[in-house]
Amino acid sequence: MTKIGLEIHCQLTKLESKLFCSCKANYRDYQPNTNVCPICMGLPGTLPRLNQKAIKKATIIAMALNCSTPEKIAFFRKNYFYPDLPKNFQITQLNIYGDTSIGGPGMIMVGNKKIRITRIQLEEDPGRLIYEGASSKNQITLVDYNRAGTPLVEVVTEPDFENPKQVREFLNILSDLLENLDVSDPGLEGAMRADANVSIKGGNKVEIKNIGSFHDLEKAVHFEITRQESLHAREIPIIQETRHWDDKRKITISSRLKEEELDYRYFLEGDIPWIKIGKDIQEKLKSEMPESISSKKERFVTKYGIPDQVAVVLSSDKFYSDLFDQSHTEKNAKEIANIITTDLMGLVDTAEKRTQSKLQSSHLRDLADAIQSEKLTRTSAKNALYEIVKSGKELSHIIAELDLGNVSNEDELLKIVEQVISEEPQALAEAKSNPQTINFLVGKVMQKTKGKANPQLTLDLLKKRIS
Amino acid sequence: MNLKISALEFVNEVKNGNISAEDFVSATIERIKNVDEKLHAFLEVNSKAVEQASKVDKKIKSGEKVGACFGMPISIKDNICIKHSKTTCASKMLENFVAPYDATVISKLKEQDAVFVGKTNLDEFAMGLTTEFSAYGPSRNPWNTDYVPGGSSGGSAVSVSAFECVASLGSDTGGSVRNPASFCSTVGYKPTYGLISRYGLISYANSIEQIGPLTRTVKDTAFLLNILSGLDPNDNTTIDNDKDDYLSGIDSGIEGKKIGIIKEMIEDGIDPTVLSATNDAISKLEGLGAQCEDVSIDMVKYSVASYYTISATEAGSNLARYDNLRYGYDFPVEGFEFNSYISKARTKFGPEVIRRMILGGFVPSSGHAGKYFLKALKVKSKLTKEVNEVFKKFDYLIAPTVPILPFKIGEKIDDPIALFQVDINTVMSNLTGIPSISVPFAVSNGLPVGMQFLAKHNEDKSLLQAAHSLESTVQLPEIPI
Repeated sequence: MTKIGLEIHCQLTKLESKLFCSCKANYRDYQPNTNVCPICMGLPGTLPRLNQKAIKKATIIAMALNCSTPEKIAFFRKNYFYPDLPKNFQITQLNIYGDTSIGGPGMIMVGNKKIRITRIQLEEDPGRLIYEGASSKNQITLVDYNRAGTPLVEVVTEPDFENPKQVREFLNILSDLLENLDVSDPGLEGAMRADANVSIKGGNKVEIKNIGSFHDLEKAVHFEITRQESLHAREIPIIQETRHWDDKRKITISSRLKEEELDYRYFLEGDIPWIKIGKDIQEKLKSEMPESISSKKERFVTKYGIPDQVAVVLSSDKFYSDLFDQSHTEKNAKEIANIITTDLMGLVDTAEKRTQSKLQSSHLRDLADAIQSEKLTRTSAKNALYEIVKSGKELSHIIAELDLGNVSNEDELLKIVEQVISEEPQALAEAKSNPQTINFLVGKVMQKTKGKANPQLTLDLLKKRIS
Repeated sequence: MNLKISALEFVNEVKNGNISAEDFVSATIERIKNVDEKLHAFLEVNSKAVEQASKVDKKIKSGEKVGACFGMPISIKDNICIKHSKTTCASKMLENFVAPYDATVISKLKEQDAVFVGKTNLDEFAMGLTTEFSAYGPSRNPWNTDYVPGGSSGGSAVSVSAFECVASLGSDTGGSVRNPASFCSTVGYKPTYGLISRYGLISYANSIEQIGPLTRTVKDTAFLLNILSGLDPNDNTTIDNDKDDYLSGIDSGIEGKKIGIIKEMIEDGIDPTVLSATNDAISKLEGLGAQCEDVSIDMVKYSVASYYTISATEAGSNLARYDNLRYGYDFPVEGFEFNSYISKARTKFGPEVIRRMILGGFVPSSGHAGKYFLKALKVKSKLTKEVNEVFKKFDYLIAPTVPILPFKIGEKIDDPIALFQVDINTVMSNLTGIPSISVPFAVSNGLPVGMQFLAKHNEDKSLLQAAHSLESTVQLPEIPI
């Protein structure tokens, strides 16, 4: 049986500052080596100044993944040399001297499959190496320390996945969960990175390191299973090793570095005393946790009668569920859910479009009201929504500007109905025997009014005229 | 100008207008010029010190609010960062390192209008107890310049005892404040771990070291502690002392107090002169109304081994950052093969630093940690338990600060084990985090002997009271320089 385990590194990008200093946690907008200070550069004499909010956020993640949360946690030094590591040790956590990591064993359901979480640890991200130069001969390595010290939560799972599909589903759940907890923006480049270990039946465990995105993680796992299976089929032994993911060629490559031989000389980080996260603090954090995705879904279905499928889509994306919760009333909930899931999703389907969108929750409320009071047809509402996202103008302005208001004036509408009937004598004749044809005529009226005709009134008028 | 006054006397003299800060600092700088060629307490002298003192005088004249130090000339061990000044740790590795920020203790002293006269010599990265391991040459004991001044804060102790400043800040990892204080006949104090912020002190063994003052009197130490102590957001290990006033009640005496004499610290290898000084001290304390009694702390015999194992482990990690990638010195790189690169980058470390880093790479490594590092941690925790137990019975513990007299420069430098053993009486308070203080007690054949008091965690105030009581019984000869 194939066994896959994951180690996922998630940056807490929603935090204001780094794990041990006040530089920005989100370093992406900075010129190289400008989001740095004596502490994150590891200058002589500096000490880590613990970001208490990071402790809280990481605890919340542990709770959301049903992990045990110890009342006392500790940090350790992992000693190794690497140019992107300013102190030449990383401040991290581990459990070899008892459960001192921020999260202990937990689990999460992926469909019907239970995935066990081994532990959750909080640590600092190193800086970044940038390679320049075309060939290995003239290649130079540049170091950017902007990222050094960014708070990182590592989620370690047991080898409970059986195939890449489960891995993907888990990753989707995890990134929705992190987004919903408002701790991370999984869409940001480099915010989510992973290592995986993969073994097939009868083979040794192979570690894959350095996978830069969730998208590549699934690919890497898939590649590795195929590679191992083809070796197995040819009766070539699968050796226990560390492989690196080559994200250009999309393959795994055997690592020249024997990482398993590194000795990290772990010991307690004396500059950060043990941190107490007592039961009272834990209870408080729990009570302040954002509503979980599953409970949101449950609420949408039972309270507002929103269809199951729609509720799943709406609840799993914090952007949409926040919009929904900010705009809906008991009366218009279904309508708003409908607008979001059928019309809005197509308009803001990327992170970039979302940030550019001018839509406010009040817009959605106005739209739903206009539809329910039959001031706007659904088609017009969709056109209006497009304009709102683009310009952020008020609905009433857009209706006036684009002349989207419903044609509900009976006389006016009757003229159009007459016009259609005179143009479609055949359909009129058919409609008398086949009631379905009447919809064709409604459509024609809509076409003529650019979707603005009040559909109920149109139907009534047509029925009256036919009979 | 009489430079031989205490910090409190200095404050009074300037406050009352008897002397100006500028004149005093100027005379101090003159004194440094005259004697430091011989003593080598300083690695760098602040060329702006007199100017800074005159600014304080102006503040006083204009009636502006003046800080508690009134322009007091203070020297700073060169492993504590002062913004825009070189902080070398007496190492070639940091020969040109200019700190871009102030250590917390420096900010606090600046706020109180202290004037820094210069940076003092030390054993490279504070590893040693003689200053002979300074990359810039040893300091000399002002009582006899053929002798070591102790270390690693040797330069600080020399500068105080030779009147090159009024007070100094050193750092104490295994005795590095108390040992030179004892050898040079100054007060040297290692606070409870966390009482003074370490932010800006270049780490050697961060879990056990503290910044501590070296002064002429115990009261001066209390005066400085009032300024230096307290919570610091930049150091997670600092403790809240509720702005305690360490000067108030310092004359309370020690009548009725119980003092334990640590047997393991006056046994093997103790110099007979030091032993007899210790017995004198005990008699004097009894004369003051204290009850003294022998006490045994079994783990003391393993404490030096434990100390060197733990401090080397932490040093190996703390000094790993000196890889010449971000700052350091230029050197020709031939290729990027890691081992050849790092061995080249580290050629500027001196022999003692290299010794401890090699040790620090070995003792916590997998396969050896159980035999060395983890065992050392066990000793540390057992020792702490024993000490806590002892303090249920005693108010203070006493032992000579160093079991031997100052020795000659060069005498022990080639025998690291013998040097390590000299730390036997001082490492206990670092391993357990308790406060301790060395008080000048005797001068024997021209060489000083210091007496050490230890108290339990956070009993620093009471410790200073006891030290002051003993100090008041002592009359020492004038220093011959």
